Amino acid sequence: MVFKLNNQLLSKIATGNGHGEDSPYFDGWKAYDEDPYHPTKNPKGVIQMGLAENQLCFDLIQEWLKNNPKASICTPEGAEEFRDIAIFQDYHGLPEFRNAVAKFMAKGRGNRVTFDPDRIVMSGGATGAHEMVAFCLADPGDAFLVPTPYYPGFDRDLRWRTGVQLIPVECESSNQFKVTRKALEDAYDTAQLDNIRVKGLLITNPSNPLGTILDRETLKSIVSFVNEKNIHLVCDEIYAATVFSQPDFVSISEIIEEEVECNLDLIHIVYSLSKDMGFPGFRVGIIYSYNDAVVSCARKMSSFGLVSSQTQHLIASMLSDDEFVEKFIMQNKKRLATRYSSFTNGLAQVGIKCLKTSNAGLFVWMDLRRLLKEQTIEGEIALWRVIINNVKLNVSPGSSFRCTEPGWFRVCFANMDDQTMEVALSRIKTFILKNKEAKMSVKKLCWQGSLKLSFSSRIYDEIISPHSPIPHSPLVRART
Amino acid sequence: MAIEIEQPTVGLSKVAVSETHGEDSPYFAGWKAYDEDPYDESENPSGVIQMGLAENQVSFDLLEEYLEKHSEASTWGKGAPGFREHALFQDYHGLKSFRQAIASFMEQIRGGRAKFDPDRVVLTAGATAANELLTFILADPGDALLVPTPYYPGFDRDLRWRTGVKIVPIHCDSSNNFQVTPQALEAAYKDAEVMNIKVRGVLITNPSNPLGATIQRSVLEEILDFVTRKNIHLVSDEIYSGSAFSSSEFVSIAEILEARGYKDSERVHIVYSLSKDLGLPGFRVGTIYSYNDKVVTTARRMSSFTLISSQTQHLLASMLSDQEFTKNYIKINRERLRKRYEMIIEGLRNAGIECLKGNAGLFCWMNLSPLLKTQTREGELTLWKSIIRDLKLNISPGSSCHCSEPGWFRVCFANMRSKR
Repeated sequence: MVFKLNNQLLSKIATGNGHGEDSPYFDGWKAYDEDPYHPTKNPKGVIQMGLAENQLCFDLIQEWLKNNPKASICTPEGAEEFRDIAIFQDYHGLPEFRNAVAKFMAKGRGNRVTFDPDRIVMSGGATGAHEMVAFCLADPGDAFLVPTPYYPGFDRDLRWRTGVQLIPVECESSNQFKVTRKALEDAYDTAQLDNIRVKGLLITNPSNPLGTILDRETLKSIVSFVNEKNIHLVCDEIYAATVFSQPDFVSISEIIEEEVECNLDLIHIVYSLSKDMGFPGFRVGIIYSYNDAVVSCARKMSSFGLVSSQTQHLIASMLSDDEFVEKFIMQNKKRLATRYSSFTNGLAQVGIKCLKTSNAGLFVWMDLRRLLKEQTIEGEIALWRVIINNVKLNVSPGSSFRCTEPGWFRVCFANMDDQTMEVALSRIKTFILKNKEAKMSVKKLCWQGSLKLSFSSRIYDEIISPHSPIPHSPLVRART
Repeated sequence: MAIEIEQPTVGLSKVAVSETHGEDSPYFAGWKAYDEDPYDESENPSGVIQMGLAENQVSFDLLEEYLEKHSEASTWGKGAPGFREHALFQDYHGLKSFRQAIASFMEQIRGGRAKFDPDRVVLTAGATAANELLTFILADPGDALLVPTPYYPGFDRDLRWRTGVKIVPIHCDSSNNFQVTPQALEAAYKDAEVMNIKVRGVLITNPSNPLGATIQRSVLEEILDFVTRKNIHLVSDEIYSGSAFSSSEFVSIAEILEARGYKDSERVHIVYSLSKDLGLPGFRVGTIYSYNDKVVTTARRMSSFTLISSQTQHLLASMLSDQEFTKNYIKINRERLRKRYEMIIEGLRNAGIECLKGNAGLFCWMNLSPLLKTQTREGELTLWKSIIRDLKLNISPGSSCHCSEPGWFRVCFANMRSKR
């Protein structure tokens, strides 16, 4: 007799789609994987602009590595530490690692606050950290409030294996997507009505995908909100050291230490070296909690995702080199600022605007609303497919970040060299100008005759001259 | 004006406040005694000797020698050009070269008697994560896995804590050297049924921790038949496979499957790690090898929460693809472990203490039941406390391993350098 083993024999978690990979967010990646751009081998391939990586400062790191062979336990200079490091699996982590990370976090915040190394808990990247925090703070069925637009990975990280829910706090372009007290209250009230217990609020500061920082007023308002509702506040500060222009970054750690009365047991920070330093492969995730019970519980849970001791050792060395760290942080900001301004200037030349308050992160939040044939998610996805298939750029549609307004796109700029960025810009410019031309020639034809033209791609309808103040309604266009 | 915040302490989750993390077990109390008063040859000769930690330190010199000879291969090379690629590499498929190296290492350990496909290797940060991850995939909260006793105390946390899954013990006893029997399997399954708990799989550790013995081929066949009949999963934790004193005595479930032509193999999953065989627990290298495509895909996605540092993958890919090195390492490691084992067995025998006949692992399973005042768990714990206090040895009491017979203790012998 043959017993068939089918999918019902896996858990609900395994057979569901909580892994999140069915989202369109990943379709663009597939397009890239199948046809990746290369300057010489595949110059017509898809350029990856959907990956928020920081590749601008590797030369500095490489130089440091050459000069510091002891940091690696595989070099003759460092090998004497091999044995001790290789057997070290204590979930407290190497003390020198925690000290170095605490110092780095402080430096990344302009030394305006200090961090206690004993509150630092390791995790498998920020991905592991978020899941771990959710396991510590919430039961299955409980919810976290999350301002939109937000990083798509949260849907998986906070919900998949934990059974926790996410409730969006809706933000809009009318006020630069700021998180308002009203939006927070609305989200909280919605949960109450649905009988869902809210355990916390998760903010990302600086924001992914917006690239903006939360100002002091907003942060203070958030702190008083969570205290009033007696819910946790989780601050993902993974982009803290990527703030490249004014205003200065304000960390939650500054707010609670200087200004507002706050129950410290509510406050937790998630951090990582994946963005600020560009080390996503090393899986260095950090949970920093002001709540002793959470530190203790998270530490035990970190057994499921410790940082390799080999990596702890390297990072400890690198980040305790004060001179190097200061130089790195400064250069990092400089290069990001330069890249950001080259890119946005290039876009402005063809009338493409980005969120003007952005001053951080590895991406721009691009406003392509005018290019949509319909101001809907479908319209956005249609435009997005054109961008992937015709313009050959993988960018991320705002809907994958649960943005309530269609037409916004996150476009990453720090994961490539200058030449590739130029290529990407020129493709965008070509695309926009072609559309304008098509529009102009359509206009001419319309004026010349009474041709009834049906456009196979009506997105062209929406393109207006960068200097025209009057948006034309699609209805008017079609009749001309 | 300060805001008076008057409220009850804000709650954490049930998972957070539960004790399923297991750290209050006596298993860890001995560790604390060691931490507070650790033995050191010169500085603290009367401190507690750690024999509760299953670490393998007998073969480090081989690893160090390799690194000395191959520093080019294992570092980033001149000018660190490989650094950037690895620092950015976060693909949950893992470095292909690393997966290939692990697959071939696993084949070598099994004397080539089973083949492993690198595309079925899923990487996790340690076997701790691998076991938890598999549990999330194979069982729902409230379901159970059957686990033969005595078992590694960490399973209580790894299989149950965040998953909400239960462990139902398969009782084994000394009458037949603690081997798993078909009767014991059926009895455990019935126990679960009576409690209205759905059994999703059996999890075995082969070679066994804490017994220090390999599971016989006939027993493996019986277990495989059992899970097939019940249509449930089989997880085989083979973390000590490279620590069997002789290659021929260890039979992997992979060999049984190969002999059966891989018929019905989608229910079988193997857990492995480099923490014991290579003595690298700090590097957090665990793997899941599944014969089930859907499990491989899902496990890979879930591994996002617990990936292996690419820096470490890079180092070990180099090391483990050097087949001459690995062949030699495996052979010498086995010999040294066997020597240590024989030394400790003889020493204990001279003191009138018998151990279970072992042939693998980093520890022996010692029988101190003749010394118990009462043949009970309390009797065992009393004896254990006096061993820590008076003999200054941290060894692990059988009750912490859920052994049904009191008086057995696990004694580790590979985590120290000199004779003591």
